Amino acid sequence: MSNPSQVPTTESIQAGGNVNPPSNKFTERISHVLADLGKNGIFIALIAVVVLFAILTDGILLRPQNISNLVVQNGYILVLAIGMVMVIIAGHIDLSVGSVAAFVGACSGVFAVQWGLPWWLSVILSLGIGALVGVWQGFWIAFVGIPAFIVTLAGMLIFRGLALVVLGNANIGSFPAEYRALGNGFLTDLFGEFEIDPLTLGVGALAILILIVQQVRTRRGRAKYGQDVEPVVWFVVKLVLISAAIGFFAYSLASYKGIPITLIILAVLILVYGIVMNRTVFGRHIYAIGGNRHAAELSGIKTRRVDFWLFVNMGTLAALAGLIFTARLNLAGPKAGDGFELEAISAAFIGGAAVQGGVGTIGGAIIGGLIIGVLNNGMSIMGIGIEWQQVVKGLVLLLAVAFDVYNRRRSGGR
Amino acid sequence: MTTNILEMRGITKTFPGVKALSNVTIEVERGEVHAICGENGAGKSTLMKVLSGVYPHGTYDGDIVFENETVEFKDLTDSEAKGIVIIHQELALSPYLSIAENIFLNNELKGPMGLIDWNKTNFEAAKLLARVGLRENPTTKIMDIGVGKQQLVEIAKALSKEVKLLILDEPTAALNDEDSDHLLDLILHLKGQGITSIIISHKLNEIKKVADSVTIIRDGKTIETIAKQEVTEDRIIKDMVGRDLEHRYPDHTPNLGDELLRVEDWTAHHPQDSSRVVVDKVNLNVRAGEIVGIAGLMGAGRTEFAMSLFGQSYGSRISGKVFLRGKEIKTRTVSEAIDQGIAYATEDRKTYGLNLIEDIKRNISMASLKKLENFGLVHDNEEYKVATEFKKSMNIKAPNVLVKTGKLSGGNQQKVVLSKWIYSDPDVLILDEPTRGIDVGAKYEIYTIINKLAAQGKGIIVISSELPELLGICDRVYALSEGRITGELPIAEATPESMLKLMTMEKPR
Repeated sequence: MSNPSQVPTTESIQAGGNVNPPSNKFTERISHVLADLGKNGIFIALIAVVVLFAILTDGILLRPQNISNLVVQNGYILVLAIGMVMVIIAGHIDLSVGSVAAFVGACSGVFAVQWGLPWWLSVILSLGIGALVGVWQGFWIAFVGIPAFIVTLAGMLIFRGLALVVLGNANIGSFPAEYRALGNGFLTDLFGEFEIDPLTLGVGALAILILIVQQVRTRRGRAKYGQDVEPVVWFVVKLVLISAAIGFFAYSLASYKGIPITLIILAVLILVYGIVMNRTVFGRHIYAIGGNRHAAELSGIKTRRVDFWLFVNMGTLAALAGLIFTARLNLAGPKAGDGFELEAISAAFIGGAAVQGGVGTIGGAIIGGLIIGVLNNGMSIMGIGIEWQQVVKGLVLLLAVAFDVYNRRRSGGR
Repeated sequence: MTTNILEMRGITKTFPGVKALSNVTIEVERGEVHAICGENGAGKSTLMKVLSGVYPHGTYDGDIVFENETVEFKDLTDSEAKGIVIIHQELALSPYLSIAENIFLNNELKGPMGLIDWNKTNFEAAKLLARVGLRENPTTKIMDIGVGKQQLVEIAKALSKEVKLLILDEPTAALNDEDSDHLLDLILHLKGQGITSIIISHKLNEIKKVADSVTIIRDGKTIETIAKQEVTEDRIIKDMVGRDLEHRYPDHTPNLGDELLRVEDWTAHHPQDSSRVVVDKVNLNVRAGEIVGIAGLMGAGRTEFAMSLFGQSYGSRISGKVFLRGKEIKTRTVSEAIDQGIAYATEDRKTYGLNLIEDIKRNISMASLKKLENFGLVHDNEEYKVATEFKKSMNIKAPNVLVKTGKLSGGNQQKVVLSKWIYSDPDVLILDEPTRGIDVGAKYEIYTIINKLAAQGKGIIVISSELPELLGICDRVYALSEGRITGELPIAEATPESMLKLMTMEKPR
């Protein structure tokens, strides 16, 4: 790896230093970097928000405990954001996820506490109920043809109501420890007690390694097929920066309690759904449907079937979010999941999803969710009241989408 | 003072790159029914848009004299104020409003407080309905009456504006025979009341029935105006098509194989009005290596036939049989049709053909992702390679295959659509208006691609409203009229005149 990276490096330094013959290669590289930055504007926005609040909170934001909290507090929103961005890419919306989370949380309370079922069985049953909710909503949307906005608005009421019915006007609490771990457990102390958890550091190092190997392989593959690849310098700089971020993140977690279980769940979901959206036929069909439903239909894509499974998937993820939230509070209550749908939808849009559908990424939605999380967390640390937090979050959503619309108009898109 | 109500003199209208009208002159006498005839794209509708102010004064050259006064319309409201009302092919009625509401839309009858006077509205509407011979309650919703009656509501609406010159753009295109007859009678009846009409049509019998004179337009120029006594079908047809067929089509020597596709008694009904037959017992066949054309005027059911065949994407109550290489196949869904080896490239590539916000690569792979699948994952790099090969072989002009298709020109977009279908490796390709809206150079390239595909032994069906195109590239042509195949000619026997005769052949009454 060192060999191919070194040769062009010297080349580019020479090119940069050579003022006399204006080097095309150099400007080409610069434009590549700028285009990349433009494409990853959302990533830069996240960094800006983090830096801003790190300064405003005198560094409290970046303390190990707070970083750990950021993940655990926002886990369920991020889980929802994954499903939501997929639904939005296909040109739909789901307003019911908060109520579904509450309903499933309540059901899990009945299973795990009132019926005393083993925790794993309760989890499986709860996820199954989420999938059934998705089947119900997907049926109306895909096969009856009622707009998702209406079906899920109805679902928002229906499942909130059912949650109250299941709870019978009371809270269900004191879940078994294994169940609670979903929301606030940590993978730690497997190798004995240390000041800084070695397992977490090891996993962090492994993650960095996998990232580098995977990135290099993708790059080689593209080059082999004669595709444009970014300049080596920029490629290396990006890898170093991302590795550094992961390293810092892992170090912070290691010096607090280790890896949160929520993070493990999230990492698996991000990986799996990232592949689904980018590399599977199902994912491609979702983009095709969102981009032009008629054209997708006339290309043989079974649009109804895709719509249906999208909502089954969303229901299941909403159930998972409900479990994590319930586990974290150790309580299934009637107010659970209130406003989750709005945060998940905001995350998807801040993350670059288009209102008309066809555009968006899992990664973008996660970063969008993190931006909201950092805003929430940062403003709370600063002692800003909930009322102003809402105003700020609303403005950020508005500006993010306005920026996106402006960008698209400038680049001459539709 | 002349007896002419309207004179349009030397009208020239250019769009970027195209001269739609060049020095068109037309004179309409007061109190007559004047027909305007011409092929699709000849410039009839453009001329009417100039007249009605849709293209405002200043965007065209030439003069319009209406009632002995030179007029300069800025928009539709302007021309309507003078008493010129145009009724478009696609009716401009709001389906959820009542007949009376539609008649007085944007012309509401108000009472003393500035509020709408519903009693007066419905009363006046009823009077207008009586004038056009429509027995319906003015409060009936538009969606609850048929297209024929809707057409009458449009005319009633025109009458409410005290129309002097009524323009009807292909008024009977969507009507059945009975409704057409009624409409034509009404036009004659209104003529008796002193209302002048311009009717755009290419149905020759109806022109002969109602028109006092006929002006023929071809390629944006007026050919001649013929008075009623002198109107003959042959003369109109000769005027409409009489263009020179230059060397605009690549040479093509067919190498015909066995029969590839046979369609028997294919029938489809209108999707909403399932009693209306749109495709009527169509029988046709295509041999391997053959380019077969389907010619038909607007509304003949060309696209409807193709789409109903392609996975029942159009219509209701579809029946008939399809055979591929002598074996009957089912094409109930689009994916089934694709799997059987049929591809259909739509006439409207922006609405039905492409995902404009996605790149070239993903558009090409859209119908055949399964081919790129490997252990459940789409092979990205292979996809890039395939798309790049198509970009080269089809000469798609773009820096690379990561360019969004929305940024390509019409010709290049069409090449992407063709690439998509060629990649799905069909036996039969149905190309619906493959050269619509693309420039001459790109057209030639598309024809070359079509020839190449035929040479590979594929069966090609080309649907086109441009007769010269069909005659230039096909081996055999079918004529379609009112959903029926009215004739089939080998290319050697097909002339524009003989084709147009078949294309305008109406159902025996």
